[in-house]
Amino acid sequence: MALTESEILAGLAEIVAEETGLPAEQVTPEASFADDLDIDSLSMMTIMTYAEEKFEVRIPDEDATSLSTVQDAVDFIAKAQA
Amino acid sequence: MTTLKVTQPVTYSRVLGVGGVRGERVVTNDDIAGPINSSDEWIRQRTGIVTRRRAAEDTSLLDMCEGAGRAAIAASGVDPADIDVVILGTITYLEQTPAAAAIVAARLGLNPAAAYDISAACAGYCYGIGQADALVRAGTARNVLVIGAERMSDVIDPTDRTISFILGDGAGAAVVGASETPGIGPTVWGTDGDQAHLITQTHSWLTFRDGSDTSWPTLRQEGPAVFKWASFTLAPAARKAIEDAGLTPEDVDVFIPHQANMRIIDQMVKTIGLRDDVVVARDIAETGNTSAASIPLATERLLREGQAHGGQVALQIGFGAGLAYAAQVFVLPNQNNTQETKTWH
Repeated sequence: MALTESEILAGLAEIVAEETGLPAEQVTPEASFADDLDIDSLSMMTIMTYAEEKFEVRIPDEDATSLSTVQDAVDFIAKAQA
Repeated sequence: MTTLKVTQPVTYSRVLGVGGVRGERVVTNDDIAGPINSSDEWIRQRTGIVTRRRAAEDTSLLDMCEGAGRAAIAASGVDPADIDVVILGTITYLEQTPAAAAIVAARLGLNPAAAYDISAACAGYCYGIGQADALVRAGTARNVLVIGAERMSDVIDPTDRTISFILGDGAGAAVVGASETPGIGPTVWGTDGDQAHLITQTHSWLTFRDGSDTSWPTLRQEGPAVFKWASFTLAPAARKAIEDAGLTPEDVDVFIPHQANMRIIDQMVKTIGLRDDVVVARDIAETGNTSAASIPLATERLLREGQAHGGQVALQIGFGAGLAYAAQVFVLPNQNNTQETKTWH
Protein backbone atom coordinates (compact mmCIF):
# COMPACT_ATOMS: atom_id res chain seq x y z
CA MET A 1 0.00 0.00 0.00
CA ALA A 2 1.25 3.46 -0.86
CA LEU A 3 2.46 5.56 2.05
CA THR A 4 0.83 8.88 2.90
CA GLU A 5 2.68 12.14 2.34
CA SER A 6 3.37 12.53 6.06
CA GLU A 7 4.77 9.01 6.25
CA ILE A 8 7.06 9.77 3.31
CA LEU A 9 8.14 13.02 4.96
CA ALA A 10 8.94 11.24 8.22
CA GLY A 11 10.91 8.52 6.42
CA LEU A 12 12.81 11.03 4.33
CA ALA A 13 13.59 13.13 7.42
CA GLU A 14 15.12 10.05 9.03
CA ILE A 15 17.39 9.47 6.03
CA VAL A 16 18.42 13.14 5.86
CA ALA A 17 19.12 13.19 9.59
CA GLU A 18 21.29 10.10 9.28
CA GLU A 19 23.30 11.56 6.38
CA THR A 20 23.69 15.12 7.67
CA GLY A 21 23.56 14.75 11.44
CA LEU A 22 20.81 17.40 11.55
CA PRO A 23 17.76 16.82 13.81
CA ALA A 24 14.90 15.27 11.83
CA GLU A 25 12.55 18.13 12.89
CA GLN A 26 14.62 20.49 10.78
CA VAL A 27 13.63 18.55 7.66
CA THR A 28 10.43 20.47 6.96
CA PRO A 29 8.53 20.37 3.65
CA GLU A 30 9.58 23.88 2.66
CA ALA A 31 13.29 23.34 3.48
CA SER A 32 15.64 23.58 0.53
CA PHE A 33 18.14 20.71 0.39
CA ALA A 34 21.01 22.93 -0.73
CA ASP A 35 20.29 26.22 1.02
CA ASP A 36 18.64 25.23 4.29
CA LEU A 37 20.02 21.76 4.92
CA ASP A 38 23.46 22.34 3.37
CA ILE A 39 23.23 19.16 1.30
CA ASP A 40 25.60 18.96 -1.66
CA SER A 41 25.16 16.84 -4.78
CA LEU A 42 27.01 13.84 -3.33
CA SER A 43 24.90 13.83 -0.16
CA MET A 44 21.82 14.23 -2.34
CA MET A 45 22.84 11.09 -4.28
CA THR A 46 23.27 9.21 -1.02
CA ILE A 47 19.92 10.37 0.36
CA MET A 48 18.07 9.51 -2.84
CA THR A 49 19.72 6.08 -3.02
CA TYR A 50 18.54 5.29 0.51
CA ALA A 51 15.11 6.73 -0.36
CA GLU A 52 14.89 4.40 -3.37
CA GLU A 53 15.53 1.47 -1.07
CA LYS A 54 13.21 2.60 1.70
CA PHE A 55 10.24 3.58 -0.46
CA GLU A 56 10.85 0.97 -3.17
CA VAL A 57 10.80 3.52 -5.96
CA ARG A 58 13.21 4.50 -8.71
CA ILE A 59 14.61 8.04 -8.60
CA PRO A 60 16.75 8.62 -11.71
CA ASP A 61 19.86 10.78 -11.16
CA GLU A 62 18.59 13.52 -13.45
CA ASP A 63 15.36 13.74 -11.45
CA ALA A 64 17.22 13.69 -8.14
CA THR A 65 19.19 16.78 -9.11
CA SER A 66 16.00 18.70 -9.95
CA LEU A 67 14.42 18.17 -6.53
CA SER A 68 15.14 21.40 -4.72
CA THR A 69 12.92 21.24 -1.62
CA VAL A 70 11.92 18.42 0.71
CA GLN A 71 8.33 18.77 -0.56
CA ASP A 72 9.59 18.26 -4.15
CA ALA A 73 11.12 14.95 -3.03
CA VAL A 74 8.00 13.90 -1.11
CA ASP A 75 5.86 14.65 -4.18
CA PHE A 76 8.21 12.74 -6.46
CA ILE A 77 8.23 9.68 -4.20
CA ALA A 78 4.43 9.79 -3.71
CA LYS A 79 3.93 9.91 -7.49
CA ALA A 80 6.49 7.17 -8.11
CA GLN A 81 4.73 4.92 -5.60
CA ALA A 82 1.33 5.38 -7.17
CA MET B 1 49.94 -40.84 -29.48
CA THR B 2 52.06 -37.88 -28.40
CA THR B 3 51.17 -36.36 -25.05
CA LEU B 4 52.01 -32.73 -24.36
CA LYS B 5 53.74 -31.69 -21.23
CA VAL B 6 51.95 -28.78 -19.52
CA THR B 7 52.84 -26.34 -16.77
CA GLN B 8 52.69 -27.72 -13.27
CA PRO B 9 50.22 -25.71 -11.20
CA VAL B 10 51.04 -24.56 -7.70
CA THR B 11 48.31 -24.45 -5.08
CA TYR B 12 48.56 -20.97 -3.66
CA SER B 13 49.93 -17.51 -4.43
CA ARG B 14 50.35 -14.43 -2.32
CA VAL B 15 51.55 -10.85 -2.38
CA LEU B 16 55.21 -11.03 -1.31
CA GLY B 17 56.04 -7.34 -1.14
CA VAL B 18 54.67 -3.91 -1.99
CA GLY B 19 56.42 -0.66 -2.87
CA GLY B 20 55.63 2.71 -4.33
CA VAL B 21 56.76 6.18 -5.22
CA ARG B 22 54.76 9.40 -5.27
CA GLY B 23 55.28 12.47 -7.41
CA GLU B 24 57.87 14.77 -5.81
CA ARG B 25 55.76 17.92 -5.86
CA VAL B 26 53.25 18.52 -3.07
CA VAL B 27 50.38 20.47 -4.64
CA THR B 28 47.97 22.11 -2.20
CA ASN B 29 44.33 22.93 -2.77
CA ASP B 30 45.17 26.62 -2.78
CA ASP B 31 47.66 25.96 -5.58
CA ILE B 32 44.92 24.74 -7.90
CA ALA B 33 41.72 26.39 -6.62
CA GLY B 34 42.00 29.57 -8.70
CA PRO B 35 41.25 28.27 -12.22
CA ILE B 36 38.23 26.30 -10.96
CA ASN B 37 36.93 29.16 -8.84
CA SER B 38 37.04 26.94 -5.77
CA SER B 39 38.62 26.91 -2.32
CA ASP B 40 40.64 24.72 0.00
CA GLU B 41 37.52 24.22 2.16
CA TRP B 42 35.30 23.17 -0.77
CA ILE B 43 37.86 20.68 -2.08
CA ARG B 44 38.44 19.16 1.37
CA GLN B 45 34.72 18.89 2.05
CA ARG B 46 33.91 17.35 -1.33
CA THR B 47 36.87 15.00 -1.66
CA GLY B 48 38.86 14.76 1.57
CA ILE B 49 41.97 15.80 -0.36
CA VAL B 50 44.39 18.14 1.41
CA THR B 51 47.30 17.80 -1.01
CA ARG B 52 48.00 15.76 -4.11
CA ARG B 53 51.43 14.59 -5.23
CA ARG B 54 52.50 15.37 -8.77
CA ALA B 55 55.64 14.45 -10.67
CA ALA B 56 58.46 16.87 -11.29
CA GLU B 57 58.71 17.99 -14.90
CA ASP B 58 61.63 15.69 -15.65
CA THR B 59 60.18 12.63 -13.91
CA SER B 60 58.50 10.34 -16.41
CA LEU B 61 55.92 7.61 -15.93
CA LEU B 62 58.70 5.10 -16.66
CA ASP B 63 60.86 6.62 -13.91
CA MET B 64 58.06 6.21 -11.38
CA CYS B 65 57.39 2.63 -12.53
CA GLU B 66 61.05 1.81 -12.11
CA GLY B 67 61.15 3.26 -8.58
CA ALA B 68 58.01 1.42 -7.52
CA GLY B 69 59.15 -1.84 -9.11
CA ARG B 70 62.52 -1.67 -7.42
CA ALA B 71 60.93 -0.98 -4.03
CA ALA B 72 58.45 -3.85 -4.40
CA ILE B 73 61.13 -6.32 -5.46
CA ALA B 74 63.31 -5.29 -2.51
CA ALA B 75 60.36 -5.63 -0.11
CA SER B 76 59.51 -9.08 -1.49
CA GLY B 77 63.03 -10.49 -1.17
CA VAL B 78 62.56 -12.22 -4.52
CA ASP B 79 65.58 -12.62 -6.79
CA PRO B 80 64.88 -10.47 -9.89
CA ALA B 81 66.01 -13.42 -12.01
CA ASP B 82 62.94 -15.31 -10.76
CA ILE B 83 60.42 -12.72 -11.99
CA ASP B 84 58.90 -14.04 -15.20
CA VAL B 85 56.19 -11.48 -15.98
CA VAL B 86 55.67 -7.73 -15.60
CA ILE B 87 52.09 -6.41 -15.81
CA LEU B 88 51.61 -2.65 -15.86
CA GLY B 89 48.20 -1.03 -15.39
CA THR B 90 48.13 2.53 -16.69
CA ILE B 91 46.11 4.93 -18.81
CA THR B 92 48.70 7.68 -18.97
CA TYR B 93 51.60 6.21 -20.90
CA LEU B 94 51.14 8.50 -23.86
CA GLU B 95 53.12 6.45 -26.36
CA GLN B 96 50.97 3.87 -28.12
CA THR B 97 53.75 1.36 -28.58
CA PRO B 98 55.94 -0.34 -27.43
CA ALA B 99 54.39 -1.12 -24.07
CA ALA B 100 55.80 0.72 -21.08
CA ALA B 101 56.05 -2.59 -19.21
CA ALA B 102 58.75 -3.87 -21.59
CA ILE B 103 60.92 -0.81 -21.01
CA VAL B 104 60.36 -0.95 -17.27
CA ALA B 105 61.27 -4.66 -17.22
CA ALA B 106 64.55 -3.89 -19.00
CA ARG B 107 65.34 -0.98 -16.67
CA LEU B 108 64.80 -3.29 -13.70
CA GLY B 109 67.07 -5.94 -15.17
CA LEU B 110 64.21 -8.41 -15.60
CA ASN B 111 64.87 -9.36 -19.25
CA PRO B 112 63.56 -11.56 -20.76
CA ALA B 113 60.45 -11.36 -18.58
CA ALA B 114 57.17 -11.20 -20.49
CA ALA B 115 55.86 -7.67 -20.07
CA TYR B 116 52.66 -5.96 -21.10
CA ASP B 117 50.40 -3.02 -20.28
CA ILE B 118 46.76 -3.30 -19.35
CA SER B 119 44.17 -0.55 -19.65
CA ALA B 120 41.58 -0.79 -16.92
CA ALA B 121 42.03 2.71 -15.48
CA CYS B 122 41.62 2.83 -11.69
CA ALA B 123 40.88 -0.92 -11.63
CA GLY B 124 44.15 -1.67 -13.47
CA TYR B 125 46.17 -2.75 -10.46
CA CYS B 126 43.50 -5.16 -9.17
CA TYR B 127 43.08 -6.54 -12.69
CA GLY B 128 46.85 -7.11 -12.66
CA ILE B 129 46.78 -8.84 -9.27
CA GLY B 130 44.00 -11.11 -10.54
CA GLN B 131 46.09 -12.03 -13.58
CA ALA B 132 49.25 -12.50 -11.51
CA ASP B 133 47.43 -14.82 -9.10
CA ALA B 134 46.19 -16.92 -12.03
CA LEU B 135 49.59 -16.99 -13.79
CA VAL B 136 51.43 -18.10 -10.65
CA ARG B 137 48.90 -20.74 -9.64
CA ALA B 138 48.78 -22.11 -13.19
CA GLY B 139 52.55 -22.48 -13.14
CA THR B 140 52.93 -20.07 -16.08
CA ALA B 141 55.09 -17.69 -14.02
CA ARG B 142 57.13 -18.18 -10.89
CA ASN B 143 56.79 -14.56 -9.81
CA VAL B 144 54.94 -11.60 -11.34
CA LEU B 145 55.64 -7.92 -10.84
CA VAL B 146 52.38 -5.95 -10.96
CA ILE B 147 52.63 -2.18 -11.30
CA GLY B 148 49.90 0.45 -11.23
CA ALA B 149 51.26 3.78 -12.41
CA GLU B 150 49.92 7.09 -13.63
CA ARG B 151 51.13 10.51 -14.58
CA MET B 152 47.63 11.96 -14.42
CA SER B 153 49.00 15.50 -14.59
CA ASP B 154 49.53 14.88 -18.33
CA VAL B 155 45.77 14.50 -18.90
CA ILE B 156 44.31 17.23 -16.72
CA ASP B 157 42.72 20.55 -17.55
CA PRO B 158 43.33 23.10 -14.78
CA THR B 159 39.92 24.68 -15.47
CA ASP B 160 38.00 21.39 -15.23
CA ARG B 161 35.81 21.14 -12.13
CA THR B 162 34.86 17.47 -12.57
CA ILE B 163 38.04 15.47 -11.97
CA SER B 164 41.33 17.23 -12.72
CA PHE B 165 41.70 18.84 -9.30
CA ILE B 166 41.68 15.48 -7.49
CA LEU B 167 44.33 13.77 -9.63
CA GLY B 168 47.92 12.98 -8.67
CA ASP B 169 50.95 11.13 -10.02
CA GLY B 170 52.68 8.05 -8.68
CA ALA B 171 53.40 4.37 -9.08
CA GLY B 172 52.80 1.42 -6.80
CA ALA B 173 53.84 -2.18 -7.29
CA ALA B 174 53.62 -5.65 -5.83
CA VAL B 175 55.41 -8.93 -6.39
CA VAL B 176 53.12 -11.97 -6.48
CA GLY B 177 54.62 -15.44 -6.11
CA ALA B 178 53.95 -18.97 -4.90
CA SER B 179 52.87 -19.55 -1.31
CA GLU B 180 52.43 -22.48 1.02
CA THR B 181 49.23 -20.95 2.38
CA PRO B 182 46.31 -19.22 0.61
CA GLY B 183 47.21 -15.56 0.07
CA ILE B 184 44.95 -14.16 -2.64
CA GLY B 185 41.22 -14.85 -2.83
CA PRO B 186 39.23 -15.14 -6.06
CA THR B 187 39.07 -11.94 -8.11
CA VAL B 188 35.57 -10.56 -8.65
CA TRP B 189 35.75 -8.29 -11.66
CA GLY B 190 33.71 -6.84 -14.45
CA THR B 191 32.84 -3.88 -16.62
CA ASP B 192 29.75 -1.91 -17.61
CA GLY B 193 30.52 -0.34 -20.96
CA ASP B 194 27.00 1.07 -21.17
CA GLN B 195 28.22 3.64 -18.68
CA ALA B 196 31.55 4.32 -20.40
CA HIS B 197 30.54 7.96 -20.83
CA LEU B 198 30.65 8.60 -17.07
CA ILE B 199 34.47 8.80 -16.99
CA THR B 200 36.09 9.51 -20.31
CA GLN B 201 38.61 11.40 -22.40
CA THR B 202 37.16 14.64 -23.80
CA HIS B 203 37.89 13.65 -27.41
CA SER B 204 39.98 11.14 -29.31
CA TRP B 205 43.50 11.58 -30.66
CA LEU B 206 42.02 11.26 -34.17
CA THR B 207 39.84 14.30 -33.54
CA PHE B 208 42.93 16.07 -32.30
CA ARG B 209 44.91 15.08 -35.42
CA ASP B 210 42.12 16.00 -37.82
CA GLY B 211 41.99 19.49 -36.39
CA SER B 212 38.30 19.47 -35.49
CA ASP B 213 39.35 19.94 -31.86
CA THR B 214 42.96 20.91 -31.35
CA SER B 215 42.77 21.20 -27.58
CA TRP B 216 44.78 18.60 -25.65
CA PRO B 217 42.44 15.70 -24.73
CA THR B 218 41.89 15.52 -20.99
CA LEU B 219 39.71 13.57 -18.57
CA ARG B 220 36.15 14.32 -17.48
CA GLN B 221 33.72 12.56 -15.19
CA GLU B 222 30.11 12.85 -14.14
CA GLY B 223 30.95 13.08 -10.46
CA PRO B 224 27.61 12.42 -8.73
CA ALA B 225 26.78 9.44 -10.98
CA VAL B 226 30.24 7.94 -10.42
CA PHE B 227 29.86 8.55 -6.70
CA LYS B 228 26.58 6.65 -6.67
CA TRP B 229 27.97 3.77 -8.74
CA ALA B 230 31.07 3.36 -6.59
CA SER B 231 29.40 3.94 -3.23
CA PHE B 232 26.38 1.71 -3.70
CA THR B 233 26.41 -0.41 -6.86
CA LEU B 234 29.83 -1.94 -6.20
CA ALA B 235 29.10 -3.20 -2.70
CA PRO B 236 27.79 -6.59 -3.91
CA ALA B 237 31.02 -7.16 -5.86
CA ALA B 238 33.07 -6.34 -2.76
CA ARG B 239 30.92 -8.65 -0.64
CA LYS B 240 31.24 -11.41 -3.24
CA ALA B 241 35.03 -11.13 -3.14
CA ILE B 242 34.83 -11.64 0.63
CA GLU B 243 32.36 -14.51 0.33
CA ASP B 244 34.33 -16.22 -2.46
CA ALA B 245 37.36 -16.15 -0.18
CA GLY B 246 35.30 -18.06 2.38
CA LEU B 247 35.05 -15.10 4.74
CA THR B 248 32.47 -12.62 6.03
CA PRO B 249 32.80 -8.81 6.16
CA GLU B 250 33.60 -9.22 9.86
CA ASP B 251 36.81 -11.04 8.95
CA VAL B 252 38.27 -8.13 6.98
CA ASP B 253 40.96 -6.33 9.01
CA VAL B 254 42.01 -3.75 6.44
CA PHE B 255 40.05 -2.05 3.64
CA ILE B 256 42.05 -0.65 0.73
CA PRO B 257 39.68 0.84 -1.85
CA HIS B 258 40.80 2.83 -4.86
CA GLN B 259 41.54 6.29 -3.50
CA ALA B 260 38.94 8.09 -5.59
CA ASN B 261 37.28 10.35 -3.07
CA MET B 262 37.10 10.21 0.74
CA ARG B 263 33.31 10.46 0.58
CA ILE B 264 33.17 7.32 -1.58
CA ILE B 265 35.55 5.52 0.78
CA ASP B 266 33.44 6.40 3.84
CA GLN B 267 30.22 5.35 2.13
CA MET B 268 31.73 2.06 0.91
CA VAL B 269 32.70 1.08 4.45
CA LYS B 270 29.04 1.41 5.44
CA THR B 271 27.54 -0.10 2.30
CA ILE B 272 29.77 -3.18 2.33
CA GLY B 273 29.12 -3.62 6.05
CA LEU B 274 32.71 -3.71 7.30
CA ARG B 275 33.62 -3.74 10.99
CA ASP B 276 33.63 -0.43 12.88
CA ASP B 277 37.30 -0.93 13.73
CA VAL B 278 38.40 -1.92 10.22
CA VAL B 279 41.59 -0.10 9.20
CA VAL B 280 40.71 2.04 6.19
CA ALA B 281 43.30 3.31 3.71
CA ARG B 282 43.04 7.08 3.39
CA ASP B 283 46.17 7.90 1.43
CA ILE B 284 44.05 10.13 -0.81
CA ALA B 285 44.23 12.95 1.74
CA GLU B 286 47.91 13.50 0.98
CA THR B 287 48.50 11.80 -2.37
CA GLY B 288 45.27 12.57 -4.26
CA ASN B 289 43.68 10.18 -6.73
CA THR B 290 46.46 8.42 -8.64
CA SER B 291 44.16 6.05 -10.56
CA ALA B 292 45.85 2.65 -11.07
CA ALA B 293 48.61 3.55 -8.58
CA SER B 294 46.33 4.41 -5.68
CA ILE B 295 45.77 0.96 -4.15
CA PRO B 296 49.40 -0.20 -4.01
CA LEU B 297 50.45 3.26 -2.80
CA ALA B 298 47.82 3.16 -0.06
CA THR B 299 48.92 -0.37 0.87
CA GLU B 300 52.56 0.68 0.98
CA ARG B 301 51.68 3.56 3.31
CA LEU B 302 49.61 1.40 5.69
CA LEU B 303 52.48 -1.06 6.07
CA ARG B 304 55.21 1.58 6.25
CA GLU B 305 53.39 3.58 8.92
CA GLY B 306 52.44 0.51 10.91
CA GLN B 307 48.68 1.08 10.57
CA ALA B 308 48.47 -2.44 9.17
CA HIS B 309 50.84 -5.37 9.32
CA GLY B 310 51.78 -8.56 7.56
CA GLY B 311 49.33 -11.43 7.98
CA GLN B 312 46.22 -9.26 8.22
CA VAL B 313 43.33 -9.89 5.86
CA ALA B 314 42.77 -7.01 3.46
CA LEU B 315 40.04 -6.28 0.93
CA GLN B 316 41.07 -4.22 -2.08
CA ILE B 317 38.74 -2.91 -4.76
CA GLY B 318 39.65 -0.87 -7.81
CA PHE B 319 37.02 0.92 -9.87
CA GLY B 320 36.92 3.56 -12.55
CA ALA B 321 36.67 4.31 -16.26
CA GLY B 322 35.09 1.57 -18.30
CA LEU B 323 33.30 1.36 -16.05
CA ALA B 324 35.67 -1.33 -14.79
CA TYR B 325 36.03 -2.83 -11.35
CA ALA B 326 37.95 -5.62 -9.63
CA ALA B 327 38.05 -6.75 -6.02
CA GLN B 328 39.97 -9.38 -4.11
CA VAL B 329 40.79 -10.34 -0.56
CA PHE B 330 44.48 -10.88 0.14
CA VAL B 331 46.86 -11.40 3.02
CA LEU B 332 49.16 -8.45 3.63
CA PRO B 333 52.88 -9.23 3.22
CA ASN B 334 55.49 -9.00 5.97
CA GLN B 335 57.94 -6.29 5.07
CA ASN B 336 60.14 -3.79 6.85
CA ASN B 337 60.37 -0.56 4.94
CA THR B 338 59.98 2.37 7.24
CA GLN B 339 61.18 5.05 4.84
CA GLU B 340 59.16 6.48 1.99
CA THR B 341 60.89 5.68 -1.30
CA LYS B 342 61.91 8.91 -2.96
CA THR B 343 64.40 7.89 -5.59
CA TRP B 344 63.60 6.54 -9.00
CA HIS B 345 66.80 4.72 -9.89
